[in-house]
Formats: sequence, structure tokens, C-alpha cells
Amino acid sequence: MNTTVEPVTGRIHSWDLSTGVDGPGTRFVLFLSGCPLRCLYCANPDTWHMRVGKQTCVDEVMTEIEKYRIFITTAGGGVTLTGGEALLQPAFTAAIFRRCKELGLHTALDTSGFLGARASDELLADTDLVLLDIKSFDVRTYRKLTGGDLAPTLSFATRLDRLGVPVWIRYVLVPGWTDDPAAVDGLGAFLAGLGNVDRVDVLPFHKLGAHKYEALGIPFPLRDTPTPDPELTERVREQFREHGLRAL
Amino acid sequence: MTATVTAGPPVTTEAWRGFAGSHWRDQIDVRDFIQASYTPYEGDSAFLAGPTERTLAVWGKVAALFPEERRRGILEVDTGLPSTITSHRPGYIDRERELIVGLQTDAPLRRAIMPNGGLRMVENGLKAYGYKPDPFVTRVFGSYRKTHNDGVFDAYTPEMRAARKAGVITGLPDAYGRGRIIGDYRRVALYGTDRLIEAKRAERARLDTRPSSPDVIRDREELAEQIRALGELARMAASYGCDVSRPAATAREAVQWLYLGFLAAVKEQNGAAMSLGRTSTFLDVYLQRDLDEGTIDEVRAQELIDDFVIKLRIVRFLRTPEYDALFSGDPTWVTESIGGIGTDGRPLVTRTSFRFLQTLYNLGPAPEPNLTVLWSPRLPEGFKRFCAQVSIDTSAIQYESDELMRPRTGDDTAIACCVSAMAVGRQMQFFGARVNLAKALLYAINGGRDEMTGEQIAPEAPALTREYLDYEQLRAAYDHMLDWLATTYVNALNVIHYMHDKYAYERIEMALHDHPVHRFMACGIAGLSVAADSLSAVKHARVRVVRDATGLAVDYEVEGEYPAYGNNDDRADAIAADLVESFMAKVRRHPTYRNAEHTQSVLTITSNVVYGKHTGNTPDGRRAGQPFAPGANPMNGRDRHGVAASALSVAKLPYEQARDGISLTTTITPEALGHDPAERAAHLAGILDAYMASGGFHMNVNVLDRATLEDAMEHPEKYPELTVRVSGYAVNFVRLTREQQLDVISRTFHGSL
Repeated sequence: MNTTVEPVTGRIHSWDLSTGVDGPGTRFVLFLSGCPLRCLYCANPDTWHMRVGKQTCVDEVMTEIEKYRIFITTAGGGVTLTGGEALLQPAFTAAIFRRCKELGLHTALDTSGFLGARASDELLADTDLVLLDIKSFDVRTYRKLTGGDLAPTLSFATRLDRLGVPVWIRYVLVPGWTDDPAAVDGLGAFLAGLGNVDRVDVLPFHKLGAHKYEALGIPFPLRDTPTPDPELTERVREQFREHGLRAL
Repeated sequence: MTATVTAGPPVTTEAWRGFAGSHWRDQIDVRDFIQASYTPYEGDSAFLAGPTERTLAVWGKVAALFPEERRRGILEVDTGLPSTITSHRPGYIDRERELIVGLQTDAPLRRAIMPNGGLRMVENGLKAYGYKPDPFVTRVFGSYRKTHNDGVFDAYTPEMRAARKAGVITGLPDAYGRGRIIGDYRRVALYGTDRLIEAKRAERARLDTRPSSPDVIRDREELAEQIRALGELARMAASYGCDVSRPAATAREAVQWLYLGFLAAVKEQNGAAMSLGRTSTFLDVYLQRDLDEGTIDEVRAQELIDDFVIKLRIVRFLRTPEYDALFSGDPTWVTESIGGIGTDGRPLVTRTSFRFLQTLYNLGPAPEPNLTVLWSPRLPEGFKRFCAQVSIDTSAIQYESDELMRPRTGDDTAIACCVSAMAVGRQMQFFGARVNLAKALLYAINGGRDEMTGEQIAPEAPALTREYLDYEQLRAAYDHMLDWLATTYVNALNVIHYMHDKYAYERIEMALHDHPVHRFMACGIAGLSVAADSLSAVKHARVRVVRDATGLAVDYEVEGEYPAYGNNDDRADAIAADLVESFMAKVRRHPTYRNAEHTQSVLTITSNVVYGKHTGNTPDGRRAGQPFAPGANPMNGRDRHGVAASALSVAKLPYEQARDGISLTTTITPEALGHDPAERAAHLAGILDAYMASGGFHMNVNVLDRATLEDAMEHPEKYPELTVRVSGYAVNFVRLTREQQLDVISRTFHGSL
């Protein structure tokens, strides 16, 4: 009996090769289309909607990745799926990671964790590293900043700990939004209670995506928000370090 | 005090004490000596010493002259005394404190004139900086002594002149020294000039029984000149109190002797590139011996290298402002090749490899000497990390693939100029500048007429007349045009090098080569990415031609999208690779002067800006006058997937068809390499490993952010040392023309969103 397997398809925005910012080494970074959150500081508003993405299939993605296999493995890198929100297309994400693992490539999932419940245990077993964006530790700030709830992200973090998936936390530092010492401290205490957090990247808010808002004809909400000065960034890193975390 | 030299007769046994191996004792064979005697170093940089007060004082004295030199263009010039190896009295920076002595003239940064290459270049250079040409010099080189430049123009055809004037063949060394010849200066230290003269006499004697054909007569005369030059080197050295007739017996003597050999070359030749070779591991043998004998310590070892590098940093030639505008600042391409792996698998990395790189910290970043690391994924980790760290801190290193060179030119290969691999002392090249492939494409469309002037430059051919360019038709016309270009080009080069040998022969550099020497005819191409993208646009999109009243195609409208070279997309990359291959094949069809082996480079240095200025609108959408991408780089802004994708496109160009080198310049922001210095160094080393493992040949690495460069344009006085790598060498950013600065800034910054 013949069984035909439908090729797993998905929608992507673009792909890129990057070093040192999307996980260890030089990586093939695939930006998936669509995101359930609307973070005020989002640097990639052009990836919000599924419909603007390009329809593709796993084979096509793997053909592209294959071109970089020698390069990214020699350079100590791998493949990162980001977006948008990669977990908006969990089957697609899982299929790509499965194929990457068959090729022996390191895999990293960059996610807000908001849709963490959609990630199957099989997907997470094929994930070498999760880059978990925790936008704020204050429930109300989180909602104002992202339009969504914090709770799913925290339970996803706990689940990753239980499954033993290593995590790098990404914390975007926005003056007036995410620099509240008490909230930073609370997040530090929460993370210190997990056993799988390898590092915390404190990422100073930037406005390099502002031109994309202009191009899309939508207002950039944080247009007038200043970028954090180095002292503030260092203070927040130091706060994480006080909890025994490796903050960079 | 001058450099102290112990008096007494040369005693080889004393000079060679403790060295291993035997072949090199009977034959002139520096590679064999290195292989027998060197100590590989696999550790990290922790042993290195900082600058001493003495070093800083000597460096401070010359550094204090730089602002005035920058302001005036040149500090000083000796207008009346054409330079030879022995023409000038000894000169010093700080006679009491210098460890390594010798200057091109009698004062630091005082330039010499070298009219053998061309009197006009000298006179224009002098006038440009407010000096009057000396009447005696003008009389001698105007009436009695013909120059290289005169000879070339006696033998150029009208077609060669037209192609040169129109800028479809550019940068030809027909008015100045061709350069790119690396004397094996190590021989002076290892053997002393007496022994080298003896070996040259033996080489000459072997010609005695040969019939006196023109070739043999020329060889005999050249060898006689080489022997004479070695004698002059010994006399010049003696004026500094150094007896280089005998081998060097200490590390200080080894550095000094080697430098004096190089100094003789830069006293007599203002070659476009005066590269040093591969000296660090050779010198390490001497430094290590003195360290083992307890006569020097690490601080002194570093001081010797620091002092040597100070001398290399102040090599100067008198050139015209136009030349400097073409090549950015005041380049000399004193290229030193460091590292690599031996054919026996041992790394050729020594402590002195580290010491050379350490000069960028001890003396601060600088464009010269042009420090070039021969990279292999098999290099020791400690060395890789140190190279990457120095790159991140100074942007002053370039990398070339040891894995590609070693099988072809051996493990004693050094880089001439930027990317040209030469077996030191055994191979030399006839430097051939480059042709403009983008302009040639426009000639193909316009039937050989120049798109800027309308003049007929190439032989008249049918112009393409359809409204939309047809790919097959364009390919055929382009192929035809490139046939003509290759013919004209190689024949012009033959004229140039015939005359250069005749009127401006590099006596001392060739004295430090074996006879007979292997010669390359080093052709080159510019505008590769423009030509490839133009063809891709015609093939994959639609390109409508805009013609003026005379029917000349002057502009192009691209309808639709096309895949651009630089995105690791075979549809475009294959076109670029095919252009490299097909032009090389055309070049090979033409016999060369002295049967030199044909090669070509994909390298522009900074002349990509000037070539762009002289090239009209192109079918890829590039506007007239807009700079080309440098070297083999993808066009600015068209590489959309980051540094790795862009590098992999370049890595597809076949090195076998571009043996003179394929240059890639990258600029990465520090943030794009990682969060902290250790992580950044590891990542950069990983990128270099990956690029070379993927078949990449050369990578210039700049780690800079745009804001720094923009600030340096506004406030040059704050950035006297800011060094940027451009297509094969480094320059002081603040010495670039404004146009070049803007070009560097607009070039793709990998790392921004």
C-alpha cells in the first residue's frame, strides 16, 4: 500500500547568516512569518503577518541550509528559527529541526514562549537551545508591551527546565519600560530557580527597525524612547549576576 | 652609536652555531634552513612583551613628523640626487637609541627621486608638492639616459594608447616602478653577500658555454648587474657600520642584515608594491638561539622586532597626488606573510609570528607593513585566537588561504602586494594591473565605442540595436570584445615589461632570487560583480536600452528582479565564475614576454572608485560614476544575506583560474561578532576557518562600526591611527579621499539589520 506524505509547508519572511547574535557561532537564521504578539519595540514588524510571507516547504528550506552546512559547522554554528514567532508554525518548525538533527546541525529556537504549549516534546527533543525572550517580569507591563500574557512564557520556561533543554534568556532593556529594578530582580530570582539557564543576554533597545515602520506606513510606538546608556545596561546585567546568572 | 657589529673575519661556523640541517649549507636554500632549525609554537599570546621606553621614544620621534607630513602631502624630498643603493649618506631616527638602523635617505621621511621608471612621474610629483625639478636631473634623464616610461611609449601601438586613455585597461606600470618582486632578503642574513656573490658568479659561469643569443646575453648582463648590486649593498651596509659580507651571527644582526637587504631594494626601486616576504619564522630561529644562549630576553626580542617594524612603517616614495588618489594615501605594500603550515604538517607559527602582530599594540595600528596571515583551519588555536583578537582591535590584518597556496607554490610562499602568491626567491611576477570588465561589456553593446565619449576605442563591431538586450546576443558580442581586450592587454604588458627590464631592472631584488627564475605574467580584472550582475539582469530580468541621438547606449532600465552575485545563488555566481574562467583562457592564448606563466587576479585595491568614475551606466542598474565593488566583492548592498553568503559566492571563483589572487573585503560590526571579546575572537576565527574550508582565498577583515567612520570623517584629528582594510592592504582612513571614505562607509556593513 502506498502512502503519500504531504510535504510540510510553511510561510517564511526571509533568511540570513549571522554571527554571535542568534545563538552560538555563525548561524543560518530563518525568519518565519507571523507573530501573535505586537511588542512595542519590535524590530521586525514586517514579519508580523503570515500573509506577507513566502510559501515554502521543508525540502526547499533544507536545500538552502545545505549550501551553508560546511560553513556553519566549521564556524561552530548551526540553524536558528525565529520570526515572527516560530511556534506559530509548530509542525513546520519541528520538521525543519528533525531534518537538521539528521544532518548533525545544532538547532536553536528563538521564541517569546507565548505559544510554548504548541511545541511538542518531540520538537523540543530536537532543539539544542532555546533563545527565550522574556519581555518583562511584570504582568501588567508585559501586557502593555506585548499585548499578551506573561504566564505562558513562564510555564514554558519551567517546562524546558524539566526537559533539560538549555536556555539563553533574552531581555530587551527599554528605558522606562523594562528597567524597573524590582521587576529585573524578580526575573533574576525566577531564572535562578531554573537549572537550565546558561546565560542572560541583556540587549539594549535600539531603533534600527524604525525605517521598517515607515515603509509599512505604521507608527513606531517607541520612536521617542531613548536607547539605554551603558551605565543602565551594566546595572541591569549586574542585577542578574547577583542572582548567580551569567549576564552578558 | 650605530648598530654594533663585532669586527673580525666572517666565520661561518660561529654564525651558524647550533643550527641543524645540511643542504642549506651547500646550496642557497633558506626554506631548507627554516625547516631544519625552527621551533613551532603552539601556545597563546601570554608570553609577549609590551613596548619599552626606548621603543616608544624612537617611535615617538617619527610619529611626531606624521602630522606635518599629512598636512603637506610629503615631508621633504631630496630633489637633486637620484637614489641608488649607495647614493645617500647614512641617516638615523635616533642614533643613540635605534637598535636597527638604515633609512632610504639621510633623514626619516625624506623622500628620494628614482627617475629610471619615468622622469615625468618624478617631475609631476615634485611640482605637485611645490618643489622645482632639479635641472641636472632633468638634463640627465631628459637627454642622456632614457627611462622605462620613454621606452614603453616608443613601443605602444595606437590601440594600446587608446585603450589605456579610455580606461578599459588601467593602472599599467608604464610610468613608474612595477614592483611586486620580493627579494629573498633572508639570504643576506643567512649567507652574507660574499657567499651570495659567489653563488651568482657560479650561475653566470654556467652561461659561458651557451651561444650568445639575445636571451643569454640579457641573462649574463642581468647577473653581472646583480653581482654589482650585492657589492653595493655591502658598501651601503658598511656606511652604517655593518659587515654584511659575512653571515649574521646574532638575532640583532639577523634582523639588521635582512633589513639592509630590503633597504637596498627600496633605495633603488619605487615599485608599486615592495613586499618583504616571509621573514618572521626565519628570524625566530635567530631570536630563539639568542634566548636559549641567554644573551637576550623576551623584552629585547620584542624590541628588535618593534624597531624593525618602525623602519618598515616609514618607507616612502615620491608619487603624484593622482597616484595616491587611485591607491589611497601613500601605500608601499610592505607585505609580510605570517603563519601557515609546512608540507610536513608542522605549523610555521613561531613566537616571532606573534611578535610581529604584537607591534600593532606596541606601536599602535598602522597600515604598513601589510601584515598578512596565511590561514589554515589547522593553525594552532592560540595563534588563531590572537590573530582574531588583533583583527578585532586594529582591523589591520588580512588573511589568505594557506591551504590553496601550499600545494601550488609550496610552504615558503609569500604574498607580493596584496594577494599574489610567490615562492620566495624562486618566483617573480610581471605586474599587470587590470582591465575593466564592466566597461568592456558596454563596449560590446556599443560596438566598441566608449559610452562616455562616444569615441571608437575597440575595433568597430556591430552594435546591439534591439530595444531589450538579448542574453545570447550580448554574450556573443561580449566574448568577441573580451578577445580583443585580452589581445591588446597582454601585448601592452609585454611592451611594459620588456622596457622595465631594459631601463629599470630590479638588480638587488633579482640578486636575491635563484637563476633562472620562474616568471608570472600577472594580469587582472576589475568590475567583476558589475559585469556578472549586468549579465544576470539581462538573463533573468528584462533590460531596456536607452540610446542617445547618435545611437549610443547610455542607460538601461531593469524591469523585474534578478539574482545578484553575493547571495550564494548559483544563477548569478556561475556567471561570475564563468567570466573569470573565460577571460583567463583568452589571456593564455597570447605569448608572453620571457615566457612568463599567465595568471590573473580579481583585485582592485581602492581603484574601484576611480574605475567606477570612468564607467557609464551599466545594465545591472548601477549609475554612471558610481564606484565598483572592490576586488571580487559583490556590489554594495546587493548581498542581502550577510557575510557568510557573500563570502561563499566569492569562494566559488576558481583559484586555479585566478592564481594571482581573489580579494574579498568584509566589514563587520563588533556587535555582529558576539557579546564579549573572547566570544568575538572565537567567532571570527570560526568564520575564517569556514571561509577557507569552503575554498575562499582571501579575506580582509574590518571590525568597525559606521559611527566611528562617520566621526573620523568629521574629526580626522581624533583618529590619526584608524586603519581600514581595503582590497588587499590597509590604509589610514583619514588619508583617503572623501570619495573613498564615502565608498568605505557605504560598503555593506555586515551586522546591521
